[in-house]
Amino acid sequence: MPAGRTAGGRSALARVRGLGSAKEGVAHWWAQRASALLLIPLVIWFVAALVYHTGTDHAGVTLWLGAPVTYGAMLVLLGTLFWHAALGLHHVVQDYVASAARRMALILLINTACLGLFVAGFVALTIIAFAG
Amino acid sequence: MSTAPRPLSPHLQIYRMQLTSTLSILHRFTGIALALGAVLLVAWLIAAASGPAAFDRAQSLAGAWYGRALLFAWAFALFYHLANGIRHLFWDAGLGLDLKSVYISGWSVVVLSVVLALAAFTAGYWYLGAF
Repeated sequence: MPAGRTAGGRSALARVRGLGSAKEGVAHWWAQRASALLLIPLVIWFVAALVYHTGTDHAGVTLWLGAPVTYGAMLVLLGTLFWHAALGLHHVVQDYVASAARRMALILLINTACLGLFVAGFVALTIIAFAG
Repeated sequence: MSTAPRPLSPHLQIYRMQLTSTLSILHRFTGIALALGAVLLVAWLIAAASGPAAFDRAQSLAGAWYGRALLFAWAFALFYHLANGIRHLFWDAGLGLDLKSVYISGWSVVVLSVVLALAAFTAGYWYLGAF
């Protein structure tokens, strides 16, 4: 077995740290997997619920979205979704944008957009749950 | 100077796509598409929070032919990214990395995401009372 390799041909973690186009990334890699795992049940639940509410009117949909369990689950879903989306889009930028300055600007833009969209969704859901 | 036939790095214009590379780039494309779709999801929530008139406008956009086409594409992208993402998580755990397993799981993901998208739409039409 070559030095720095583990069984199965993969590089040992100690050799990987600090490498890659982002120059860091174990935490990023790990967060992407953690958010992916969280999204599995959340997305299946959301799509099933959305299909179930096909054709439901405003009163019915807001009754569903405003229920405490839906409200909580939707906030976790939106938070995890935009977290996962930001992490994934970072990868795309890091892979295809050669200029470091442009890369940094795009990552800032992605983070701002994802945070803004989460806050917008949070406000909309809160209005539905408490002011509806 | 003689050049021995040697392996060259694949170039996009001459690279023959295989199932593995096609599914890999499709994972990225669906990921980007789903991020854009999430913007529409937030827009839908804002419409629902704004009241019945705004919500009905959003629903009629979603119910138009282009809205339904977009929703179907969204459903496929979502199920594909979900199924292929689970495939990636198995790989991260060191499972299913041999070529035979990679092809079996690859085709399974393709079939499963098409079937699930069709199933979600059939159920949606059923709830609409289409049949």
